[in-house]
Amino acid sequence: MQPTSHADAPVQESHHAEPGFWQKYIFSTDHKVIGVQYGITGLMFLFFGFCLMTIMRWQLAYPGHPIPIIGHLLYRVLGEGMATKEGVMMPDLYNSFGAMHGTIMVFLAIVPLAFGAFGNFVTPLQIGAPDMTFPRLNMVSYQFYFMGGVLMLSSFFIPGGAAKSGWTSYSPLATLTDPSLHPNGQTFWIIGMVCLISSSLLGAVNFITTIIQLRAKGLSWMRLPFFVWAQLVTGFLLLLAFPPLEAAAVMQLMDNVLHTSFFLPTGLVVSGQMLHLSGGGSPLLWQHLFWFLGHPEVYVLILPAMGIVTEIIANNTRKPIWGYRSMVYAVMVIGFLSFIVWAHHMYLTGMGTRIATFFQTTTMMISIPSVIILTALFISLWGASIRINTPMLFALGFLPMFGIGGLTGLPLGFNASDIALHDTYYVIAHFHYVVAPGTIFGLFAGIYYWYPKITGRMMNEFWGKVHFGLSFIFMNLVFMPMFIQGMAGMSRRLYDGGVRYMATPDVVGLSPSVVGLNVNITHAVWGLGLAQIPFIINFFWSIKRGRKAASDNPWEATTLEWQTPTPPPHGNFDKPVEVFRGPYEYSVPGKSRDFTPQNEPERTEPLTHGNPVRS
Amino acid sequence: MEIPYAVKPRPDTGLYNAKVGIWLFLASEVMLFGALFCSYILLRVNAPDGMWPHHWLNIPLGMTNTLVLIASSVTVVLSWASLKMGNFKQYKLCQGITILCALTFLGIKSFEYRDKFVHYNVVLKDGRVADGHLQKAETNDKTVVLEGWWPKDQAQLMNPPLGHEEVKIEIPRDQIKTMENYGPWHHTYLAIYFTLTGLHALHVIAGAIVIFAIWGPLAKVWEQDPERYINRVEVSGLFWHFVDLVWIFLFPVLYLL
Repeated sequence: MQPTSHADAPVQESHHAEPGFWQKYIFSTDHKVIGVQYGITGLMFLFFGFCLMTIMRWQLAYPGHPIPIIGHLLYRVLGEGMATKEGVMMPDLYNSFGAMHGTIMVFLAIVPLAFGAFGNFVTPLQIGAPDMTFPRLNMVSYQFYFMGGVLMLSSFFIPGGAAKSGWTSYSPLATLTDPSLHPNGQTFWIIGMVCLISSSLLGAVNFITTIIQLRAKGLSWMRLPFFVWAQLVTGFLLLLAFPPLEAAAVMQLMDNVLHTSFFLPTGLVVSGQMLHLSGGGSPLLWQHLFWFLGHPEVYVLILPAMGIVTEIIANNTRKPIWGYRSMVYAVMVIGFLSFIVWAHHMYLTGMGTRIATFFQTTTMMISIPSVIILTALFISLWGASIRINTPMLFALGFLPMFGIGGLTGLPLGFNASDIALHDTYYVIAHFHYVVAPGTIFGLFAGIYYWYPKITGRMMNEFWGKVHFGLSFIFMNLVFMPMFIQGMAGMSRRLYDGGVRYMATPDVVGLSPSVVGLNVNITHAVWGLGLAQIPFIINFFWSIKRGRKAASDNPWEATTLEWQTPTPPPHGNFDKPVEVFRGPYEYSVPGKSRDFTPQNEPERTEPLTHGNPVRS
Repeated sequence: MEIPYAVKPRPDTGLYNAKVGIWLFLASEVMLFGALFCSYILLRVNAPDGMWPHHWLNIPLGMTNTLVLIASSVTVVLSWASLKMGNFKQYKLCQGITILCALTFLGIKSFEYRDKFVHYNVVLKDGRVADGHLQKAETNDKTVVLEGWWPKDQAQLMNPPLGHEEVKIEIPRDQIKTMENYGPWHHTYLAIYFTLTGLHALHVIAGAIVIFAIWGPLAKVWEQDPERYINRVEVSGLFWHFVDLVWIFLFPVLYLL
């Protein structure tokens, strides 16, 4: 057998011809290009999802008033059922924007950014690999994601509009909305989701294989940067949690298209009419399958951000992360426990108190490893001479914001207090604190941090700080009042923002001051939108005109992604990489510099400091 | 640039990349089918007493299909072993049998599917229920002709006595209240049956296409890079075993229990 010589042949061919535009940017198999594709697409969806929400916020603050500027446009483009001629948002439009805001933000913006973009660009670099193990699969994975996005977006323009049953698409509502239209928005939603799930599955297989197989020589498990650990656990979550949703999606598709009754109970009556169904289905089954994905998904959203923040904190405190090993074990425990907490989303479905008690217990347990990680990061700051720059500001902002998000989750996890808080604005405030000022701050931190590696130029520090400061203020102004609204009992799915409950006499309703907060929140949303302008300009302006990065390693970091040329060429590393030490060897006593890259060989001369006694 | 360990195993894990990848992929497949099996259990447990059907499927046909898939599992292993021993001809033969087994399986399965779609349940206006296979040639716009039987009640319909007598039934169309065939919309049992076996059949088709592609159009890789070729056969074989294994669970769950 003479395999190697032949195996090289097709690979070398591709070296000869310089790839054209399509090959290089659109159908690329290079993990860095794919990472950037994910990043750009994800950021656009993030912006789009935000726009949907600003329109909804207008309706909540000023119910029944025409939406300025784009109200007419909505009427023209989406038709009569969606907006009036004057430009007032109709309930159907509100519902579909709500459902699509959730879907887009979770599945098309945050996961692709956290896992697709940063995971793709950074992970292979950090483990010293030339690329992902399956580059073509990687490309296909992006294409599936793109297709899913196109399907979701196009569903706005079909008759009946996009899906309207919330991002959770509970049956029977999801099946019985627009039953006369085929295909309807829900069908598009399901098929779009199947594309997104397939994309995530392929991505997960690729990531895990890459991390297992392509670690550089000497890069043992406990030498992996925490970011890589976070991506590995995230990969497993996606791999094992998404397929049940795929199964559920197939069943809901059957319900919608072939009129089966997987999720439709016997004797279902809609508008006074008994439906002609075979019956025997279970609406709870959908919820179980959905949340079996849904809860691990929350950790898919947060773990990569924790990874990013850890890298940045180690780099800017100039000392090793406190409790690296505990963090690694904690992230593994989170990964495991996240599979057995899902029904805490379902305390009020009547599934029984015993089951609720079980899930309450596991939910309290999972808060422990999360607290361990956050505590380790806080203690890492202790005694450091912290370098304050934009990425570090966002990372520092992440800590208390995620702290608020996490701690406010505890009352939702206890089933006694959840009875009062379930389905109120409190829930919205809680998970947005985790994902918006939490994960999104982590993602911003990552963008500012790795920008010089991707483009060779720094983003502007001043405008970065402005972006951080304003975002930090407005994020809190947007979400903090929602805790108050939620505790006052405001339901999360009110088209008019609760005005009707406030106005009805003889009903113990919402106080005007609570409903009035809607206006303040909407103003804060505008502020938050304006605060992103410096970022958007900074992002594009710096590509060509930003200050050139001083070196390949402008932040003086230890991890491997900074030991490549900038931007890293196809194949990443100039010479074979070998790793000699852990990921965060900052300020090692006796070294001439305050950072020691992972791949720097140990000097042969004896140490003057440190601990010479080692058995 | 070449991806390391694409063909040779990495020393510390002992695996080449595609093998890690396929095992991970199979783990996700376990979750996919696992979720559907769980749904089956939940739907069945939720069904009112006596409303979950039995003996609606043809057990001898299901058994035959089970044996066909088990046989294909054997030939998949043999074909891989033949390659390991350098016997390409024997590989060609064994894997050829695998592909034939896959086609046989799909043939029998589609026959079973067709049987369900021409199987009708007719509720008459006087409350009686007729159940049987539609005789297309004799059915016209006045009368419907079934080859079937008259179940006493719902319970008997759900659990037809084995070997009940089939007679020719002629029903004037104006006496029919509802008439529905045994598609997935007819009963939740059929819904989960079609979903599980349909998804499984898609896996059989995908596996057969991959195995055929390696066996036929890509066979020249054997001469250029035998190790890579053996790896491909191994990985596709792992997938094929998984597909078989799913059926080993499907058969008792859907046909026998």
